[in-house]
Amino acid sequence: MSKPEENKPETLVEITIDDEKIAVNEGSTILDACKQANIDTPTLCWAENLTPVNVCRVCVVEVEGSRTLVPSCSRPIEEGMVVSTKSDRVNTSRRMVLELLASSVEMDRADEEILEWMGSYGSKPERMGATNEIKTSSQPVKIQDDLYVRDYERCILCYKCVEACGDDAQHTFAIATAGRGFDSHISTEFDVDLPESACVYCGNCIGVCPTGALVFKTEHDMREDNSWDPDNQQVTQTICGFCGVGCNLELHTQDEKIVKVTSPSDHSVTDGHLCIKGRFGWQHAHPKN
Amino acid sequence: MWTVDPRRTDSAKFADVWLGINVGSDIALANGIAREIVDAGLENNNFIENATTGFDDFVAHIEPWTLKKTSEVTGVPIEAIRDLAHGYSAANKAQIAWTLGITEHHTAVDNVLALCNLALLTGHVGRWGSGLVPLRGQNNVQGGGDMGALPNKLAGFQDVVNENVRTKFEAVWGAKIPPDPGWHLTDMFNAMSRNELRALYVIGENPADSDADVNHARKALEGLDILVVQDVLMTRTAEMADVVLPAALGWAESDGTVTNSERRVQRTRAAMNPPGEARQEIEIISDLAKHLGDDTWGQPTARDLWEELRTVSPMHAGMSWERIENEGGIQWPCPDENHPGSPFLHERLWKQPAEGKLAPFSCVKDQPPVETLDDDYPLRLTTGRALDSYNTGVQTDEYSSPIRSGEALEISTNDAKKLGVLTGERVLVSSRRGSIEMTVKIDPDLPIGLAFTTFHFPELADVNQLTNSAYDPKSGTAEFKAAAIRVEKLVDA
Repeated sequence: MSKPEENKPETLVEITIDDEKIAVNEGSTILDACKQANIDTPTLCWAENLTPVNVCRVCVVEVEGSRTLVPSCSRPIEEGMVVSTKSDRVNTSRRMVLELLASSVEMDRADEEILEWMGSYGSKPERMGATNEIKTSSQPVKIQDDLYVRDYERCILCYKCVEACGDDAQHTFAIATAGRGFDSHISTEFDVDLPESACVYCGNCIGVCPTGALVFKTEHDMREDNSWDPDNQQVTQTICGFCGVGCNLELHTQDEKIVKVTSPSDHSVTDGHLCIKGRFGWQHAHPKN
Repeated sequence: MWTVDPRRTDSAKFADVWLGINVGSDIALANGIAREIVDAGLENNNFIENATTGFDDFVAHIEPWTLKKTSEVTGVPIEAIRDLAHGYSAANKAQIAWTLGITEHHTAVDNVLALCNLALLTGHVGRWGSGLVPLRGQNNVQGGGDMGALPNKLAGFQDVVNENVRTKFEAVWGAKIPPDPGWHLTDMFNAMSRNELRALYVIGENPADSDADVNHARKALEGLDILVVQDVLMTRTAEMADVVLPAALGWAESDGTVTNSERRVQRTRAAMNPPGEARQEIEIISDLAKHLGDDTWGQPTARDLWEELRTVSPMHAGMSWERIENEGGIQWPCPDENHPGSPFLHERLWKQPAEGKLAPFSCVKDQPPVETLDDDYPLRLTTGRALDSYNTGVQTDEYSSPIRSGEALEISTNDAKKLGVLTGERVLVSSRRGSIEMTVKIDPDLPIGLAFTTFHFPELADVNQLTNSAYDPKSGTAEFKAAAIRVEKLVDA
């Protein structure tokens, strides 16, 4: 739904994307313009409910007059800008980004659209060597409580979880990147176990993770025993039963049981973010006794 | 961001400034802030002139509340009160948000009026981004009131004592509406104790655990001729009932609407069928009507009921079922289908001249909590919620939370030293109404003399045996936030 704001006059700016002229609201990014023009643009570290951090570089486009490719997710449009999203240079760059990331992490549980982009851009991560020889892909899964599973062999360091934990949503700052270069990884303070960290278990990091590195324990357990069946799942949008904020919930149900709870990132009440009760406090729908 | 709270909560730590107020001195603080605003000439005279009444009387009323006196009564340093007064009045936009720390006192309504005075004084009301924000504690406590689940109102906050209003509803409902206001919850329990109320039908509430002075409440429930409980799980209240009506979960097994703190009506949708014999609440109530001899109800759907509501409640009239679906919720008032809904209220106060009834300043008096501290009960007990749990735990006991520490009586380092207790040790906690055993947890952030506990685990610690059922005569809300207790160390046998 639309967000009510103070009277802000909207100014249109004309730009050219892939030889088509379009008028876009001033202050939009190139990615916004691409969406408006129905141009499919791959993104990994971008999400509509997070501030762009420009780390994955998969959304790059060519801008006339710019020496380097520019990240479309954060570059604001300018009057008369000429953008190319389908040049060889753009395609090669996107393919390489997907290839390099997938060469060092497990991508088999990544969002469906990421796997589609890997296909459509023709990425062949195997040409970089066997993934099991690579350090990031051989870490034990971290299960330290009954709610979260952190499987960092699937982490592409997109920083979305750090952003959601920090000043884009939760303001808890329980996690950050630690280490340098190839040792960079997501860590709690002093690498303590999650229950001992500042974590408040809102699950907003899981909500934004694009590769399945962070998952709900319910989903992880069902995947492990081969009962996770997305084709047999329904998603129903409703309102959380706890406090008066009115967060929108997407109840993922399988065989008449809730198996996961997410929230639509385009809804103005909380932009897809929840708290521990809304995200995990649904077990009373299926009481053990 | 300023946080005013007797405890240094997570929100207080997040805020720029925390004002650690004495429990129950909210009116004193508001009056002191108001006096400082007026004294420093920071009030919004144009707004006061245009939109309010009673300013001169109000200024005379708050005259005694100097910074020094306010500081003495509230325990907040003079500089902090002054900074808050100046910061609030100078802000381009400012909101005052509150929850039960304001309303669970015997001066609940007066506490709110004292905050309203500050908004009127500065004009921080009726504009986008400014206002008074009562944060609701349940997903449909706003909607319940909107629908007329109040002793003196029909749907849309229309007065039941008004004959024209009743006539309108009677025409739609085809039934006579009793003209007198009913009882609110606290009145009902008092009426049960007097044997005047003999039958009770409880829907989705667990008063046998949640009421203040709960021993008194349980006795009242036990004395009823008949108790009917409709709920989703077997609560303590349900266990006491003569008849239990198992119901579908509102948020996951039912179609309907709920209304949040910002007055936004949103759709709930059934994701699953209710288990076993549990039924939709609309079906249960309609069938009950039939058994009571009225077979005109039929089996209405949530949508049927919503469409009927739109014909009797002007503030909902423009919210068609389709619009609520398509627009992701609409904020009332929304009087017609072309109205976008109302993100904020009281814009009329800014019209020149202001439209409708002007907003009155309220001369409200500082009154300390009903239960005073003395040598027998020297500690102040205040109760509240923890992030991962909810009320009496009916909905949250089922999930395993890594941040749940269970029930404990939190006390200050100094008080623990005085009592000779350490975190983890057992104590006997007594108020004038009851005694329970609890585990102590030392919270170095708590001020001396203040104790805190949640009330989420009545099976571990029956906290509401301690709380005070003294209540605000205007709202009926009990003074959960201020009991007097004594703590004694239990010696191992």
